[in-house]
Amino acid sequence: MGRLNAEEMVLNMGPQHPSTHGVLRLKLRTDGEIVSHIEPVIGYLHRSFEKHAENLEYQMVTPFTGRCDYLAAMGSEHGYAMAVEKMMGIELPERVEYLRVIFAELQRIASHLVAVGAFGLDVGAITPFIYCFRERELILDLFEMASGARLLYNYIWIGGLAHDVPPGFVEKTYEFLDAFDERVAEYNQILTGNKIFIERAADIGVMTPEVAINYGVTGPSLRASGVNIDIRRTEPYSIYDRFDFDVPLGQGLQGTIGDSWDRYYVRVLEMTESAKIIRQALDQLPVEGDVKSAIPRRIRPPKGEIYFRSENPRGELGYYIVSNGKNVPLRLKMRSPAFSNLSVINEIGQGWMISDVIAILGSLDIVLGEIDR
Amino acid sequence: MTEQEIYADLSKKFGDKVIEFMEEGTLNPTVVVDAAAIAKIVTYLKDDERFQFDSLMNLAGHDGDVEADLSVIYHLVSTELKHYITLKVFTSRVEPKVASVAVIYRTANWHEREAFDLYGINFEGHPDLKRILLEDDWEGYPLRKDYVPAEFYRGMRIEKVK
Repeated sequence: MGRLNAEEMVLNMGPQHPSTHGVLRLKLRTDGEIVSHIEPVIGYLHRSFEKHAENLEYQMVTPFTGRCDYLAAMGSEHGYAMAVEKMMGIELPERVEYLRVIFAELQRIASHLVAVGAFGLDVGAITPFIYCFRERELILDLFEMASGARLLYNYIWIGGLAHDVPPGFVEKTYEFLDAFDERVAEYNQILTGNKIFIERAADIGVMTPEVAINYGVTGPSLRASGVNIDIRRTEPYSIYDRFDFDVPLGQGLQGTIGDSWDRYYVRVLEMTESAKIIRQALDQLPVEGDVKSAIPRRIRPPKGEIYFRSENPRGELGYYIVSNGKNVPLRLKMRSPAFSNLSVINEIGQGWMISDVIAILGSLDIVLGEIDR
Repeated sequence: MTEQEIYADLSKKFGDKVIEFMEEGTLNPTVVVDAAAIAKIVTYLKDDERFQFDSLMNLAGHDGDVEADLSVIYHLVSTELKHYITLKVFTSRVEPKVASVAVIYRTANWHEREAFDLYGINFEGHPDLKRILLEDDWEGYPLRKDYVPAEFYRGMRIEKVK
């Protein structure tokens, strides 16, 4: 009897698919259940952010940055504001720096909550998602208190903040932090140690450090492979050098270093670290200070260019800005972390089953808004 | 290593392929190199023990002015040695051609496709150069300063924005 050759089949996953976290199409070449090649097709959410930015004044770009990574709008605004401030050489009041760090870290927790919950959802665990959104609501309440918005804030402006936080904000943030540690213990009970979850995530889609660095993978996905790079630590921006926090790395506790479970667990650990940073920042927060005092009347960075990167919840968020001395950027490129993080999926997803590809995709935590821009 | 030292070493090694060193007007000191030699130069920077530039942070196309050449900017970092370098190449607007680094840094694969998509820069040696963000049958390269949108796309009117 001759060898039975099954024909390869091309399977379209998406663009409309619940596990693609947005509008993403994966062209899978499959041999039975085994995936032999993955080609991501992106661009469905392309809104010409960079083209728009070339026709907008610098301060008008801020709301657009939030719309790119809509799960971490504070982080995107923070990175953009810092890049322009560095070009112009603006010194910020201490209170602004502390509040920005508080918001950036709250945003990191909120974003990781979605990542962790949605990953559970992808592999069939529905309850943790609801738990995660319960805490995320509390953070969004804090954001709403400060900025009036729950998703897209336009709160961090070039040179300061849109306005100071209202009375009671600090106390309410403390309240949230006090409750949060117990909540993380709950996620660990319900998902981290769950046997079914471990079976679905451990040893799946292992990413070696070399592959991760070569593909430009950054953020928790890179650190899960055991690479100790966190821009907050390696080249501290803002005032991150003043805080005491750990950088969690993947250790392969349930399988291999750099597997999907590690990528999940690094995010869980990072939430606790972010909570630590917020607590320190609240303790040290200066009472005095006008958050608008450093906002320039006219934003015209001197002629020149900059590449500035910061640590967003998803990884390295870079802004490449070229100024010709006018009030409109000549060129603005956003180096979005999820763009590079997604490109690795063919490398680590080959040879796995179709259902594993969904787990791997969930563990990468992508946001299509910033991939397509 | 400082950017100045890296520049000195590169110009010794590659001679006239390394064109100039720019420190003014940029917060990331930049070495301007020849567009056809960029792949050789980054291979050297990546493999040499003293540099170990193993990570390409960013690759961006740029068009400053309708009269000027297009350019591509590479931001490199060494995760081991924690030093940085920015490289820049210029290429003609009429026939933009740059050597691809997609095989050296896999992350450049998509970034070069993006620069091709939005600027029409041809990366020679790229394994799969095609549009990435826009539709395959889109006409023109939108981030070019001389871009004029077509009137229709598949029967839909494209609104003029000024």
